[in-house]
Amino acid sequence: MIRIASLDLHRDGQPILQDVTARIPPTGLTAIIGPNGAGKSTLLHCIAGLLVPHAGKVMIGDDDIATLKPQDRAHRVALLTQSPAIVPRLSVRDLVAFGRWPHHRGRPKQQDHDQVDEALALFDLNDLEHRKLDSLSGGQRQRAFVAMAYAQSTPWMLLDEPLAALDPRYARDIMERLHNLSRPGPDSRSVVIVLHDLGMAARYADWIVSLKDGQLVHSAPREQAMTTENLSALFDTGLAVQTVGGKSIVIPV
Amino acid sequence: MYRVAVIAGLALLVLASLLIGAADLRGGSVDSYLLVMVSRIPRTVAALLAGAGLALAGAVVQLAVQNRLVEPGLTGTPESAMAGLLAVTLIAPGAALMVKMIVASLAALVGTFGFFALSRHVPRQDPMLLPLVGLIYGGILGAGVTWFAWTADLVQYVGIWQSGEFSGVLRGRYELLWLIAIMAALLYVAADRITILGLGDDYARSLGLNARQTLLVGLGVVSATIAAVVVTVGSLPFVGLVVPNIVSRWRGDNLRANLPLIAVLGGASVLAADVIGRVIRWPYEIPAGTIFAVLGAGLFLWMLYATPKQATSR
Repeated sequence: MIRIASLDLHRDGQPILQDVTARIPPTGLTAIIGPNGAGKSTLLHCIAGLLVPHAGKVMIGDDDIATLKPQDRAHRVALLTQSPAIVPRLSVRDLVAFGRWPHHRGRPKQQDHDQVDEALALFDLNDLEHRKLDSLSGGQRQRAFVAMAYAQSTPWMLLDEPLAALDPRYARDIMERLHNLSRPGPDSRSVVIVLHDLGMAARYADWIVSLKDGQLVHSAPREQAMTTENLSALFDTGLAVQTVGGKSIVIPV
Repeated sequence: MYRVAVIAGLALLVLASLLIGAADLRGGSVDSYLLVMVSRIPRTVAALLAGAGLALAGAVVQLAVQNRLVEPGLTGTPESAMAGLLAVTLIAPGAALMVKMIVASLAALVGTFGFFALSRHVPRQDPMLLPLVGLIYGGILGAGVTWFAWTADLVQYVGIWQSGEFSGVLRGRYELLWLIAIMAALLYVAADRITILGLGDDYARSLGLNARQTLLVGLGVVSATIAAVVVTVGSLPFVGLVVPNIVSRWRGDNLRANLPLIAVLGGASVLAADVIGRVIRWPYEIPAGTIFAVLGAGLFLWMLYATPKQATSR
């Protein structure tokens, strides 16, 4: 369980997060949604421990993320963030292997190589493992970064807009894989995603954390949070939640 | 396979460097053994070490600021090293070489961190912006150094530091460059950490890396290397830009895997520039820095125009 308590964060005098209190259940997939500038990405970075809030705290299990040592933090949460400024010319395998860094710190053991193999297989990267990242399509590259976060073997995976600039096919593919990962099982992960695409949130999320103007609106199961009224109020525009073939969809009205 | 070619090429260059020069080894007028031991071998080793160090420093800087168009000559590093040297020369003219070197390294480190701090405020959308900022930053520092030298009547010294050449290298006057071998070893140990740094601050920190410490080690290696080169042979532009970019295109960005190749190609290309400089106007010499600047500028333009998307954009 992640518990976010009274988080306050401001930048250049502007409040980014104000008194945000929420919880994220350990099982399933959580989507953080809200309009542009709502503070979603900032919240995710606070959860990852990379941003320190000016007030309040984030508890992962029984530990305050801000007081964990960087090495310990890297065993709890893996973060997929915006792509680096330049695409590194690393092979897919090298990149995924860096996900094991917190475990071996430069001296990989057999177990680390096995974990890399597993991550490559799970994200269908075996055929691409020796290709350089800059020779891949955006979707393939993003999959490699997700595999790297997976290889970190942390109970929590945090992803900041992993679908940005992806074709529907690739976006869908990545969401399916993350959704499957978050199902209960021996190697299940708790997945938290900042999502722009409400359709994806409606389709795959179990839990919703919604933000507007730096304040929490909902921290609730998807069915409760993603209703026509709630979404229309959250985004200040007409949105309707419908059920088609047993699946929720969001359409502008 | 390519390893054999690279090593064979290097061996040929070394041989050429040992045989070619103003004095003819076959003539009876000079003691050939003495000439080789006192001048040719030190000169060859100095060019190899300086080139390797500059190329590695370039690779580190490019990963640290995540921009392939930056090199130590564009981060104010040599100019700050010169400022440190100038200060020692004025305050304690008789100081030991090692003292001068340490002061130059520390000054270089301060100057490089200044650029790094500046780089955080430069928008990343256009990769050309950061090298331009570096050019201006280095220019301002360089102007300060020149003015300072002029008022102290030390402009000659600055001239020597600014143009890299190897004709003055003799046994007993280049050994400081072996520091670069130590720096390369240190870099090899830290290579994975520096590659991770190249993924960006967020990734580095979320992998539990002490990003600040790694940056300090990386830029410390860069500063010490550049200071050693400036003190012994003078600064050589473009090496840190061209060589790491060629290796990156050819073999990728994994620093640990490619560090030996970057070092060898850096050393070989500077040695080649030095040998060419000895031949063109024989028996007179053209500084290796000048030769490399001409060749390097050509290569750099080719790099920019050949596949601009790959070289610069995201």
